[in-house]
Amino acid sequence: MARAGSWRASVDKVAALRAQRQASVDEALNAVEAYRGLARDLATARRVVPNSRTAAGLESLYRQLNTLISRRPHGGLETVRSSLKFDIPNITRELRVPILSMALLMGVSALAGWWLIATYPTLIGLFASEDMIEHVEQGHLWTEGIINVVPSSILSISILANNIMVSVLAFCAGIFLGLGTLYLLAMNGLMLGAAFAFVHQHGLARALFEFIIAHGPVELSVICIAGASGIALGESIIRPVGLSRRDSFQACAHRIGPLLLLCAALLVGCGLIEGFISPDARFPMASRATIGVSYWLIMWSLLTGRLFAKKPPA
Amino acid sequence: MSDDQVTVESVTGVELRLAIAGPGTRSYAFVIDWHIRVLLAGAWLLVASVALDAKLTWRSHDALLSLLPAAIIYFLYHPIIEVATRGRTPGKRMAGVRILSRDGGQPSATALLLRNVFRLVDSLPATYLVGLTTCFLTPQRIRIGDMAAGTLLVLDNAVAEASLLRLERLAANSKLSLDALELVDQVLERWDSLEPENRAKIARTLLARLDTQAGAAQADTHMSSVRLEDLSDARLRDLLQAHLGPDAAANHG
Repeated sequence: MARAGSWRASVDKVAALRAQRQASVDEALNAVEAYRGLARDLATARRVVPNSRTAAGLESLYRQLNTLISRRPHGGLETVRSSLKFDIPNITRELRVPILSMALLMGVSALAGWWLIATYPTLIGLFASEDMIEHVEQGHLWTEGIINVVPSSILSISILANNIMVSVLAFCAGIFLGLGTLYLLAMNGLMLGAAFAFVHQHGLARALFEFIIAHGPVELSVICIAGASGIALGESIIRPVGLSRRDSFQACAHRIGPLLLLCAALLVGCGLIEGFISPDARFPMASRATIGVSYWLIMWSLLTGRLFAKKPPA
Repeated sequence: MSDDQVTVESVTGVELRLAIAGPGTRSYAFVIDWHIRVLLAGAWLLVASVALDAKLTWRSHDALLSLLPAAIIYFLYHPIIEVATRGRTPGKRMAGVRILSRDGGQPSATALLLRNVFRLVDSLPATYLVGLTTCFLTPQRIRIGDMAAGTLLVLDNAVAEASLLRLERLAANSKLSLDALELVDQVLERWDSLEPENRAKIARTLLARLDTQAGAAQADTHMSSVRLEDLSDARLRDLLQAHLGPDAAANHG
C-alpha cells in the first residue's frame, strides 16, 4: 500500500513517454526505475490479491512501460544507409542461386510460350486480349499512341502500381511452399514468350523490343528477385534450420524485407521510364538501350552494395 | 495459460501476460478502419469533383487530383497509419486493441510494413478468408501477416488502469487493506444494480468482517451485528463509504 502513491506518477510517465519521439537519458533512467518498481508491485499484487482490479491495473501499466522501454531507437537515414551497405548486399549474395534459378525459369517459360504460339498461333487468345490481338493484326503495337489516350504521369503510376503488386505477390505467394511463386514466374515468362512470338509473326518483334528495352531489364530482374525471395520464404517453411517453422518464416521475411523495399523503389523508376520514355517515339533505340543498361547497372550496384562501398585509399 | 493469453518473460523476470484479441475483435477493428478509409476516399472524390472541378477518369491529368489521392487513401491507409501511429489505427483504438511484437515490445516499421504486405495473401480469395481461417486455427489468433512480422494483436485494458488510479486515490484516505478496499469498492459500484435484500445482506456481512478486523481502532464505524440488522439501506451504504474515506462519496454517490 505504501507504494500505491507512485502509480499515478507511473501512469503520467507512460503518457508523457508515449507522446514524445525521443527521451532524454534522465527520462529513460526514471522510466527504467519506475519499471522495476512496478515489477515488484505487480509480483506482490499477484501474490496478495490475485485476479483483482489492482493486479489487472498494474499488469496493464507494466505492459505499457515494457513496450515503451523496449522501443527501438529511430535510426532515420543511418538505418537506410546501413541497409543499403550491408543488409541488402548480404541477402542478395544469399539469394544468388535462387535469383539465377528464377531467371532460368522465366527464360525457359518464355521459350515455351514462343514455341506454343509459333506452333499453334490460334492459342494467342489465351495470353492476349482481343484488343491487343486486333492492334497487332493491323500492324501496330498496342502500346502505340498510348500516351495520346492516357497521360504519361497516370500511365506511369498505373504501371508501377501493377508491377509492385506483381512483385509483392511473387514474394507473398512463397508462403504456399514456394509453389505460388513458381507458378507466377512461369506464367509471366510464358506470356512474355507468347507475346514476342505473336508480334514476330506480324513483323513487330523489333518494335516490341524497342518498347521494352528501356524499362524491361530492371523490371524483369526485379520480378526474378521477388520470385527468389518468395522461394526463400517457401524454403524457410519447408526446411527450417534450428528454429520452428513459424520462427524461421518470420526471420526470413524480416531478412528479405529491406530487399523488397529496394525492389519497390526500383519499380517506381521502371514505371516512370515505361510511362514517359518507352511509349514516346522521339526516343531512338540507342538512347533507350543506354537508359535500360544504365538503370540495370545502377540496380546491380545497389544490390551488391558497390554504390556505397568505400574506395580503398590511393 | 489460456489459449487467448500469451505469457512473455520481461527483463525483470516478472511475467507479462498479454490478452490476445480474437477474430471478432480483429474484425470489429477492421470494419471500423474500412469505413473510415471508404469515407475519407469518398470525401476526397467529392471535394475533387465539386470544389476542384476535376474529372473522375483515369484518362486525363485530372486523375492526379481526383482518383489517385483517393486510391492512395484507400489502399495505403493501413501501412501508413500503422507505421505513423505505431500500430494503433483509429479502428484498433476504438476496438481497444493494439499491435505488439511477440516479446511484448513495440513493433518496428519493417514489421508493420511486412504485416501489411501479407494482406495480399490474407485477403484471398475474398473478405479475408485466409486471414480469418488462420486466426481461428492458430493459438495466438494471428493471421499470416502477423506470423511474418512477428506481431500480436492484444487487448488494451484501459478500464483496469482507470480502476487502479481510483483505488490508489481511495487507498490514500482509507485504513483498509488493499483486498478489503477492492471488495468494498466493488460492492458500492454495483450497489444500484443489486437486489435491495441481497445488497443489504452483503453489506452487513462485509461491515461485520471489517469491524472485526478494525477492532476498536475505528470506533465510529464499529457496531455489533445486532445493530447492523437494524440499519437502513442508505445507512449501510454510508457506512461502507465511510470505510473508503471522504473521496468515496464522490465516486459512488
